[in-house]
This record gives sequence, C-alpha cells and structure tokens, in this order.
Amino acid sequence: MTAESIASAGRTSFSGKSNRIRTLWLALLIVALAALCALSIGVGTREVAWTDILAALGGQVDSIGQAAVSVRVPRTLLALVAGAALGLAGALMQGVTRNPLADPGILGVNMGASLAVVVAVAWFGIASSHAYIWTAILGAGCSAVFVYIIGSLGRGGTTPLKLALAGAATSVAFSSLVIAVVLPRNDIAGGIRAWQIGGVGGATFERISHVLPFLAVGFAISLLSARKLNSLALGDELAAGLGERVAVARAVAAFGAILLCGATTAICGPIGFVGLIVPHLCRLLIGVDHRWLLPFSALSGACLLLIADIVGRIMARPAELDVGIVTALIGAPFFIWIVRRQRVREL
Amino acid sequence: MLIPTIDSIADNRRRRARRRNLVIAFLLALLAATIALTLSLGQSFTPPHDVIRVLLGQDVPGASFTVGQLRLPRAVLAVLAGLSFGLGGVAFQIMLRNPLASPDIIGISSGASAAAVFAIVVLSLNGPIVSVFAVIAGLGIALLVYGLSFRNGVAGTRLILVGIGVSAMLESFIAYILVRAPAWNLQEAMRWLTGSVNGAQLHQALPLLLALTVFGGLLLIRARDLEALRLGDDTASALGVRVARTRIMVMIAAVGMIASATAVTGPIAFVAFLSGPIAARIVGNNGSLLIPSALIGAVLVLAGDYCGQFLLSHRYPVGVVTGALGAPYLIFLIIRVNRTGGSL
Repeated sequence: MTAESIASAGRTSFSGKSNRIRTLWLALLIVALAALCALSIGVGTREVAWTDILAALGGQVDSIGQAAVSVRVPRTLLALVAGAALGLAGALMQGVTRNPLADPGILGVNMGASLAVVVAVAWFGIASSHAYIWTAILGAGCSAVFVYIIGSLGRGGTTPLKLALAGAATSVAFSSLVIAVVLPRNDIAGGIRAWQIGGVGGATFERISHVLPFLAVGFAISLLSARKLNSLALGDELAAGLGERVAVARAVAAFGAILLCGATTAICGPIGFVGLIVPHLCRLLIGVDHRWLLPFSALSGACLLLIADIVGRIMARPAELDVGIVTALIGAPFFIWIVRRQRVREL
Repeated sequence: MLIPTIDSIADNRRRRARRRNLVIAFLLALLAATIALTLSLGQSFTPPHDVIRVLLGQDVPGASFTVGQLRLPRAVLAVLAGLSFGLGGVAFQIMLRNPLASPDIIGISSGASAAAVFAIVVLSLNGPIVSVFAVIAGLGIALLVYGLSFRNGVAGTRLILVGIGVSAMLESFIAYILVRAPAWNLQEAMRWLTGSVNGAQLHQALPLLLALTVFGGLLLIRARDLEALRLGDDTASALGVRVARTRIMVMIAAVGMIASATAVTGPIAFVAFLSGPIAARIVGNNGSLLIPSALIGAVLVLAGDYCGQFLLSHRYPVGVVTGALGAPYLIFLIIRVNRTGGSL
C-alpha cells in the first residue's frame, strides 16, 4: 500500500496533472455548479414560468409558482452546503484512514449520528436545532471511534476491507436499533421517518443558518489539514520522519470530518455514498494532492447532491424522491465496483 | 499421545450423536412449550383443555375465535417462517464458511422483499404468485452477488461487502416504491422493512409449508455434502463431493425457503443471521447444525413475536424485536471475527 501510494504520487506529479489543467477543471466545475443551481431553482414538481421565477427571486410570493420557487431557493442552498460537506468529509476520511472505501455512510458515522438524534428525540425530548446538531455530532464522533477500534482489532491492523466491514455491519446494526426506537412512537414516527431517509426537502434559511457555523469550522479545519494528509499518504513512518505528528494530524482531520458529517446529518438525515463517489472521481481528474483534492471534493459533492435532488424531483412526479434514496441508487453500484477492484486478502 | 482405536472412534461418534439428539430434543420441547404459551396466554388466558378442544376442531364459545382465528394462524406462520429463516440462513453460513454471509446481510432477503413489494404495490398481485416472484428475485440477487464478487474464486469479505452494497440499493428501491404507493399505512410498510406476522391467516401458511417441505427436504438430503464443504473446497472434492453442484443445490434450496418466507412475513430481521451461530454455540462440534438451527429460528420468531405483542410497553412487530436482539450480536461477531479470523 505504502509503496503503491508513493509510486502513484510520483507518477501523477511527473505525468503532469499540471496546475493549468487543474485550474481548467476548477473553472468547469464552478460553471457546472452555477448551472445546476439555476436548474434546481427552475425545475421541480411544478412547472413554473421564467417570469415567475425571476419575480420570486425578487421576493414576491403572489402566485403558487412563485411560492414554489421561494421554497426551492433554501432547498438548493441546503443541497449545495450539505453536498459540499459530505464530499469533503468523504475525502478527509479516505485520507485519514488511507482507505478507498471510507465514506461517512459506509463507516457507520451517519447512522451513528442518526441513532443519537433518534434516541434523544424519543427519550429526552430534544426539539431545538442546536440540540439536534450537538447530539448528531456527538453520535457521529462516538460511532467513528467505535468503528475504527473494531476495524483495527486483530492481526494486520486496519485493512481497508476490515474497516469497511466493521462500518457496514455497525451501520446495519444501528439502523435496526433506530427502527426499534422509532416505530412504537407514533407521535414522532412521521417526522423522524421523513428525516431518516435523508432529504433536503424541508429546508429553511433559519435551519441552514443554525448549522452554518459548525460547517464553517469543519471546512476550515479540513482545508488546513490538506498538507498533513499529503504526508500521511506516504505512510505513517515516512510521515513521522518528515516531522509530522501523525496521531495529532489524524485526529484533527478526523475531527473535521466528524463535524462536517454530523452537522449535515442533523439537518438532512443520513445521506450515504456522496462521500464515497466524489473523492474517487476527483482523483481521476486532478490527482492525489490533497490541497487540490479537498476543495474539488467539496465542489463536486455539491454538484452531485444537487443532481440527485433534481433527479429525485423529476423521477417521482408528482411525489418526490428523497436525495438519500437517489444517492444510494447511484452510489451502491459504485461501491461494488470499488470492492471488486480491490485486491482482497481474506480476513 | 493415545492412538485412537476403532472402538474409541465409534464410541466418540456415539457420544456426539447422543449429545446432538439431546440438543434437538431439548429444542423441540422448548418450541412446543413456546407454542403452548402463545396459544393459551395472550390478552386473556385460555385454559389448556379449551385450546386442545379448539385444535381438535370443536366449537368452544370465545376460545374458538381468539385461539382458532387469532393465535393459531399467527403461531403457525411464525413457526414456519422461523424454520425457513433458520434453515436457509445456516445453509448459507456453512456453505460460505462465514457467519456474516447470511441472507439478510448479503441482500437476498432484501431482494425477495423488494420483489414482493413490487408485485403487491405496482402489479397489484397477491397470494402464491407473490411468493414465486420473491423466489425468482431472491435467486437472481444471489447469483448477482455471487457473480459480482467472483474473481479468482470468491473471497468471503468481498462477497459480504458486495452483498451489503446490493442490499443498500434494494432497500432504497423498496423505499422508492413505498414513497410512490398511495395511502400506504406505516404498519404495512414496516412489514417490508423489518418483517411482521400481524394479521396472519391460515391460508397464507400453505405456500410456506410447501416451500419448506420441498426445499428443506432437498437441503436435508444434501446435509452430508454441505457439512463436507465446511472443510474447504479441496478437501470436500477429495471426499467425493461435487462441490459446484452441491453449491448450486444448496443455494437454490436456501434461497427458495428464505424468499417464500419473506414473501409472506417480510424479512424478519436477523433471524437467518442469528440462528446458525446460536446453534453452533449449543451443539458445539457434535454434528450437523441444520435441524437445530431451524428449530432455533422458529423459537426466535415465535418468542420475539410474543415479546413484541405482550411483554413490552408498546406493540412491536416481531422484526423490531429480533432486530434489536441481532444488532449487538452482529457487532460482537464482527469484533470476534476481526480478532481471531474465526468462523461459525
């Protein structure tokens, strides 16, 4: 693994993923993101005329069409922010664990956040957005540590497959606990179930504003740890030899990832597979340098979640399909593809 | 070190067979006791002689309805589904030599469930044809998972991860259909997510019984070959087992049972996964796990349903109870597998 990653790092820097190509991709990505935002505001379950869209953006809510558009705006913003956070969290986790299968969904972190929120709502009656967010971050952190410990037990330390298996099994286990907690509580079941699938449907500017500070801290931490992740990619010994405090670097980056996916899960519910797909695609485009990879993952994550949300709105007309379902439908085949590509050692 | 003589080997074998028969007898007694409990004690108590008179077909005022119409179909369905899940699950675990490779983790139950939901909601079918749909889909998913994880042989871990990916997809498919289904009530939806025997009727048991007889019989006939597979493919074929053919037979039989049970009760969470390891714990190294595991499955579903109905503060479907039981065990098993690399 170490030798391979050094070799591939060397290859990419020599074969010239030059900064010009990267800048070009960056520009393209930003244009695509802008187009998707426009599309997300323009397209939906109801057809709305252009004049109405423009009027609604100006603040009018006189007709049904304009009202629909004024709901789509915060929704688009939430998809943008949540997608960026999840993409970034995925890239961070893959960097920290040096595991191509790492993703907040697969490693059980989202489900841990979700279980914590469900338990807190059902048994401790929390209601405010802030309580939601703190609980989710706490749950995400606990389950991340838990899965990492399970995955690193036994001979050979943390291999990618062991970690993924531990995460996936923990995720399955947690989700059945979530059902056990939610089902008998008819009073909260409806709201929790809608939240549990993972969607950006009920977004409001107020809820987004609650979660923004957490995400901002997460973004800052992750961008600061890009250089350290580059050293970690060389292997622990080499990184230590370069003067990196490996454990600290890892803990800081992991904390950033947990902050990002915990806060996202608190308002959107558990959305899987975004953090898995995005960093892989970005690596194909721009190579393995985390200083580029992290911002790219954030941008592409936002694009992916916007696409998933738009597709969900179009596919299930007149109803809507939550983004969590769409990302799982797109992401699971991708996950299988990566599992197949891995050269697997038996456990 | 003592060289084993023929006598001591035979003696040893007899002892092991006796131990296993003892376990089976104990499990049968436990199952009978649980059935007796669920038939006689519910919201109200029905005296045992009344229960027996109802079972013999006599008309007992009051008891005829509660026992004959409510409790009996429920118990019959729970036992049949439990037997199917327990037997099918352990067959997979033995065949793939990994306790995590149970049908409810590698996506076969979700496949059957997705097909059943599709047949019922979208195609508006009901009755035995739904079971046929579920069986075909279950087989298809089993082949898909097996095929996708095949690469110079099937590595257990890869198969499990591929299965988890496939089941994630199937579960979102189920969620998609349930979102589109008009006026779908939560309890009914929950059946397809966790499994339940609510609203059981006696005629539903027929396809289940049929599948259990045919596929279960097939599996029990092949039990010896299946046991040989535990020793590894090479050893098994050296012992004269046709490995590929046995695999296919076992897979068809196990999927057939699991899928027909799923089509009636929904994928009752983790029963297929739990029965085998529990049976292994009780039986030890004393012979085939198939029958003990099936009995444990039946006890699990029956007792889980009873707990869900009467012992907890709310009424839960059985899948929630077994799911909450199975979740910690799954985590425990992962820890053990990681530490020792052990098997069932």
